[in-house]
Amino acid sequence: MDAILRMDKLRVEYPVKQRGATPKVALHGLDLTVNAGEVFGFLGPNGAGKTTTMNVLLGFVQPTSGAAYLFGVDVRQPIARQRIGFLPELTYYYKFLTAEEILRFYAKVFGIPSAEADKRIDDLIKLVELEHARKRPLKSYSKGMQQRVGLAQALINNPDLLILDEPTSGLDPLGRMKVREIIQRLKDEGKTVFFSSHELGEVETVCDRVAIVNQGELKEQGRVSDLMKEHQCDLEKIFLKIVGYQGQL
Amino acid sequence: MNIIFALAGVVVKEMYRRKDFYVLFVMTALLTLLAGSATFFNDPKITGYLKEICLLLIWVATLVIALTSAARQIPAERESRTIFPLLAKPVTRWHVIVGKFLGCWVVAALAVAMFYVFFGAVVAAREHALPVAHYLQAAILHWMALAVVIALAILGSIVFSAPSVNVTISFIVVGGVLTLGEHLNKLASRMEGLSQTLTSIVYFLLPHIEWAFAYRDLLLFNQPLAPWSAVLTAAVYWAAYAAALLIGAWLAFRRKTLTLG
Repeated sequence: MDAILRMDKLRVEYPVKQRGATPKVALHGLDLTVNAGEVFGFLGPNGAGKTTTMNVLLGFVQPTSGAAYLFGVDVRQPIARQRIGFLPELTYYYKFLTAEEILRFYAKVFGIPSAEADKRIDDLIKLVELEHARKRPLKSYSKGMQQRVGLAQALINNPDLLILDEPTSGLDPLGRMKVREIIQRLKDEGKTVFFSSHELGEVETVCDRVAIVNQGELKEQGRVSDLMKEHQCDLEKIFLKIVGYQGQL
Repeated sequence: MNIIFALAGVVVKEMYRRKDFYVLFVMTALLTLLAGSATFFNDPKITGYLKEICLLLIWVATLVIALTSAARQIPAERESRTIFPLLAKPVTRWHVIVGKFLGCWVVAALAVAMFYVFFGAVVAAREHALPVAHYLQAAILHWMALAVVIALAILGSIVFSAPSVNVTISFIVVGGVLTLGEHLNKLASRMEGLSQTLTSIVYFLLPHIEWAFAYRDLLLFNQPLAPWSAVLTAAVYWAAYAAALLIGAWLAFRRKTLTLG
């Protein structure tokens, strides 16, 4: 299988301001591979290193050692991000622009010709069901609507890999269902999806494979069905066991 | 270049959707209209002073527009976290710096053009003459000098964490250059030893945008047109200065840690 996303002994240390203090290690040599066409769930408790991994993959943070590759290109090269779409957990878009304008802006960033961009914008606005609000500035949108614009911008370049950071966080059940449908649709189209989530039921439903990280280390990875068979329990219990939950399971 | 133009387009859109710039423009236009058309005892000296005040007002207004718009661009991207979806695309930090600069510079061009056309129209209505070439030279020099101001504010926005600190320091630096820049050399010639060397170094390091500011005299006292070669040389000098400041901004921004969490 073709590896779309690969991390080789990825280590990230954050400097600590205190004099003489040792740097904080956020990732301890993470090895991970995501193959073409997979929906991959990246799980872990808060502070486990999920966001740091995303930061490295998107080029926001430089790894201390090791390397990460998207489509075989080092993530430090901006061209590595040409074929990816990214949806952040919260909506970070220019609020003075309309949905149509923000999508046109990102289309320009990707160098999509204007006629093709127009068609894609129409299709995406229809996909995320925002036809009625396409000419309204984003500041007038509800949180769910802004998240849908986020999803549309992540798909503007017809990406082969979609990176989603907590895509359903803060959405109502209808919004969650819509995101799940879109992930399923992308999977059917042969796209690769890499996403972090705390919604383990959702992960169980849509993911082919998962990885669980804790304290910057990879604790478990594999097919969801294999893990459940091996541990004789559902994903939530596996997760809790791995992160060291001491209560009644 | 697509990315840079797209980023600049967003800056321009943001500016024309903000109401404070319209307020500043209307206020300056109104004051220019009042001062430019007022006549006191038919004294040409007073009329000249009023024209000078109008041009000073135009300089202050364009400096406010250039500095405040440039100083807030990158901090606003970081504060509202719009920088993350942007940098998650094949966009480099150099694109961000240059795109923001270009957007602010286009806004400055629009402001300079509007103010000079307005001032020219007010003066022409009274004096029944309009030295178009003088106005064109003044506007070009003004706009090129603003390139340095905008680049300085963008560099400041990366070095200083608070936009207000950046705007204040940039205003002091620009104000200092405009009012004291030309005198530093004369001051250095009256000094001796190390202080003379240091003052001369500061003089040669400073971006001499006061040359554009001094061009007002040519408009006010109906002086002959400056040679176009001199205008071009000054424009190239300021362009090189702005480029150096932008490279400095990129070097500072390149390694800045940006984290999602």
